[in-house]
Amino acid sequence: MKHFGLATVAVAALLAGCASDGGGRPQSASAKSGKSTGKGPGIGKAFSHDPFPSTYKRYPGTPTLVTHVTIFDGEGGKIDDGSVLFADGKIVALGQTVATPADATVIDGTGKTLTPGIIDIHSHLGDYPTPSVPALSDGNEATGPITADVWAEHSVWPQDPGFSRALTNGGVTTLQILPGSANLMGGRSVVLKNVYARTEQGMKFPGAPYGLKMACGENPKRVYGSKGREPSTRMGNVAVDRQTWAKAVEYKRKWDKYEKDGGEAPGRDIGMDTLAGVLSGEILVQNHCYRADEMAIVMDMAKEFGYHVSAFHHAVEAYKIADLLKQNDNTCAAVWADWWGFKMESYDAIGENLALLQKNGACAMIHSDDENGIQRLNQEVAKALASGRRAGIQISDAVAWEWLTINPAKALHIDDKTGSLKPGKMADVVLWNGNPFSVYTRPEKVWIDGALLYDANDPKRRPVSDFELGQPGSGDVK
Amino acid sequence: MKRLLLLSAALVASPVAAQTVAITNAKLVIGDGSAPIEGGTVVVRDGRVVAAGRGVAVPGGVETVDAGGRWVTPGIVAGFTRMGIVEVDGVDETADLGAKTSPFHAAIDIAPAVNSSTSAIPLNRGEGVTRAIVAPDNAGSIFAGMGAVIDLGADRMPVTRPRAFQFMEYGVDGARAAGGSRPAAIAMFRNAFAQAKDFARDPSHYADQGKEALLTRADAEALVPVASGKMPLLVHVERASDMLALIDLKRDFPAVKMVFVGAAEGWMVAPQLAAARIPVIASALTDLPNSFDQLGSTQSNVGRIKAAGVVVGLGTINDNDARQARLEKQYAGNLVALTKLPGATGLDWNAAFAAITSVPAEVIGMGDEIGSLKAGRRGDVVVWDGDPLELGTGVAAVYIDGVKQPLRTRQDALRDRYLVPQEGALPKAYER
Repeated sequence: MKHFGLATVAVAALLAGCASDGGGRPQSASAKSGKSTGKGPGIGKAFSHDPFPSTYKRYPGTPTLVTHVTIFDGEGGKIDDGSVLFADGKIVALGQTVATPADATVIDGTGKTLTPGIIDIHSHLGDYPTPSVPALSDGNEATGPITADVWAEHSVWPQDPGFSRALTNGGVTTLQILPGSANLMGGRSVVLKNVYARTEQGMKFPGAPYGLKMACGENPKRVYGSKGREPSTRMGNVAVDRQTWAKAVEYKRKWDKYEKDGGEAPGRDIGMDTLAGVLSGEILVQNHCYRADEMAIVMDMAKEFGYHVSAFHHAVEAYKIADLLKQNDNTCAAVWADWWGFKMESYDAIGENLALLQKNGACAMIHSDDENGIQRLNQEVAKALASGRRAGIQISDAVAWEWLTINPAKALHIDDKTGSLKPGKMADVVLWNGNPFSVYTRPEKVWIDGALLYDANDPKRRPVSDFELGQPGSGDVK
Repeated sequence: MKRLLLLSAALVASPVAAQTVAITNAKLVIGDGSAPIEGGTVVVRDGRVVAAGRGVAVPGGVETVDAGGRWVTPGIVAGFTRMGIVEVDGVDETADLGAKTSPFHAAIDIAPAVNSSTSAIPLNRGEGVTRAIVAPDNAGSIFAGMGAVIDLGADRMPVTRPRAFQFMEYGVDGARAAGGSRPAAIAMFRNAFAQAKDFARDPSHYADQGKEALLTRADAEALVPVASGKMPLLVHVERASDMLALIDLKRDFPAVKMVFVGAAEGWMVAPQLAAARIPVIASALTDLPNSFDQLGSTQSNVGRIKAAGVVVGLGTINDNDARQARLEKQYAGNLVALTKLPGATGLDWNAAFAAITSVPAEVIGMGDEIGSLKAGRRGDVVVWDGDPLELGTGVAAVYIDGVKQPLRTRQDALRDRYLVPQEGALPKAYER
């Protein structure tokens, strides 16, 4: 049990941060009561909503044209023997042929595939980094079931070696770092560009909304039940959630009133700030949840309090309620390809989960929740796709690529910035040395915002974190 | 083999309905590292391979299956697992991994715990895994107990060879189990083998000091065949310096047949591994410093130590080892991918496939029984609908001991029930 004990804790912790608000509906109606006593600072203006701003700046790149390459555009499109041009950090053009600017670096992509960079909506790089020693394990504030006050970005160690593996082996260019799943409300997530920086803020994806990690099921009830306190059951999970949301509605009403009408400012509560942000549509709910019946309950709880679940993470039983997910404002499911059986609530996992969601028109995506899996998300999709095809569900390779890029971008509300190769979007691009759904293929080059940050042919374009510098194997292929 | 079989007749699987079958027109892989043979034939008679290759004649009256040019290979031999002894990892009651409060350690024999009804068995069988090396986990000692080699057949007799090896933890876990340090683990090892020697000299006068003993009588007895080299000793070790320490230790116990499991930093001491003739069951894709024992991890480890002359197969220690042996195909494929990556060292396809078939079988001392389609081996044959290492490939047929196996799983039934998620005329519970 030793190994599994560790795995369970990690998994439990990791699964708690997946509740984004895909709906993004403003919820300001709750502040309508009351006499106007004057003029407040204005809605959303009483205090800073961005006290730890991104300092990320894209690195320089050269205008680059990749020719004669197979292209998955990330939105279901495929071009054979096509070209893609990017410059100044943005996608400029793609098509069968693209005119070559005089200053462009031209790369022959014959036999290779070009895709948008992979987005992992569920990672714990940085807050559960390697080496996985207690001194660096900062993913679960498992001291109370509601810790909406904590922010994952305050735990992220930007020297985690895992970021480099996700880039060089996995072609991952954007990732959401979540708190763990020990708690019902585990805290805020943060979205990062996969670019090493001295500070976490230097990696922070500019303009990406925050998420609130929530968790249902086994983990919260186990963690707190074992401490002899609520919740120790699934009904306890929902009870504590609802009581907390009820308080958040009240908190938000007071602040909305103050911001509108002025008067004496209510007391700040850092955790309630986050929940009020969810209720106003500013923060997305990313909800760890495995079982179909529990996801259904959570969606009704969200309606009761006026928020929307952006994505259920893990969601191994999503295939049982693909229709319900779709009906609930297209609540997304972020899943694994073939993880199963490691805990009771993962017992009914099947390899066709993604394909069945797609078949039923639901929003589906792959995720890793794992420092190894994040290096092979393309391979995970290949397995899921093949399982679906064997079950008679025909999905094209190009559509399956949506599970890796545009769908997670949508569930993170960054699909206007990245996740596909549309002109004007960030030039987050991977050139694969073959078909990325083959086990024999690896990233050859990875660009983030148009900057070449990995090149398999150039050992100097291989990042080495501070932790690995000067260690055995420093700078080695990994 | 015969003696072992007699001693453990009750546990040892024997093919009930051993079949005779010939598979023709195959892209045939022998599994020994040789290249695939187009237009190959494999003939299995009474559960054993009679012949495999091109131009092999099919005896009259033998059921013949035309593979239609598809890949036909030996079944996957999962190199290090906990398969069959765990149903759900997170549900303690379903796991027989380690025994925290037992006074026994080396004497623990995992074979009786292997449950052929464990869901992992049909699931992995359906993906082409036919045999698995199954180890207990350690608790309270560096010695975990005796592991088994099992088959994944649909009968109720999963054990191919009980007491096939002793498993030991070194490094971080071994140090912890020995009381807190690596030297304590070495001292525990030396003391245990000294007591095993005493036991072997005169079993009737071996003083059993009961629960207070450093080594129970049963544990001492269990280590006798390890000390003599009759039973391999699989040792989990990741750190380069730990491997060197064990190689040093082995000089005092020259008969002990050590096999290293994990060996993330093996490439840093590859010449020493080769010189000591210690085979390795490696974790193929370990490439992160998960602990300070694995700072030098790289996916090129396997390729580099093989290039140095070390015999190396793949296993999945502490990597979903109760359930996901099927991933070894993907892992082997990834090692092939490294051959296209500048600066990396991988395996060619033939070596990669051998690393999940014949090599683990040889390392555990069963190369004559399983892991390849050479004549005389058990008839464990898989027909695939494509390259077995590719991600999209499925399994068309599985034979174990020549017996054609059912491939449907519980997961398949769930899938079929929810192909349409909505209820029909009756609740889902009525659809099966």
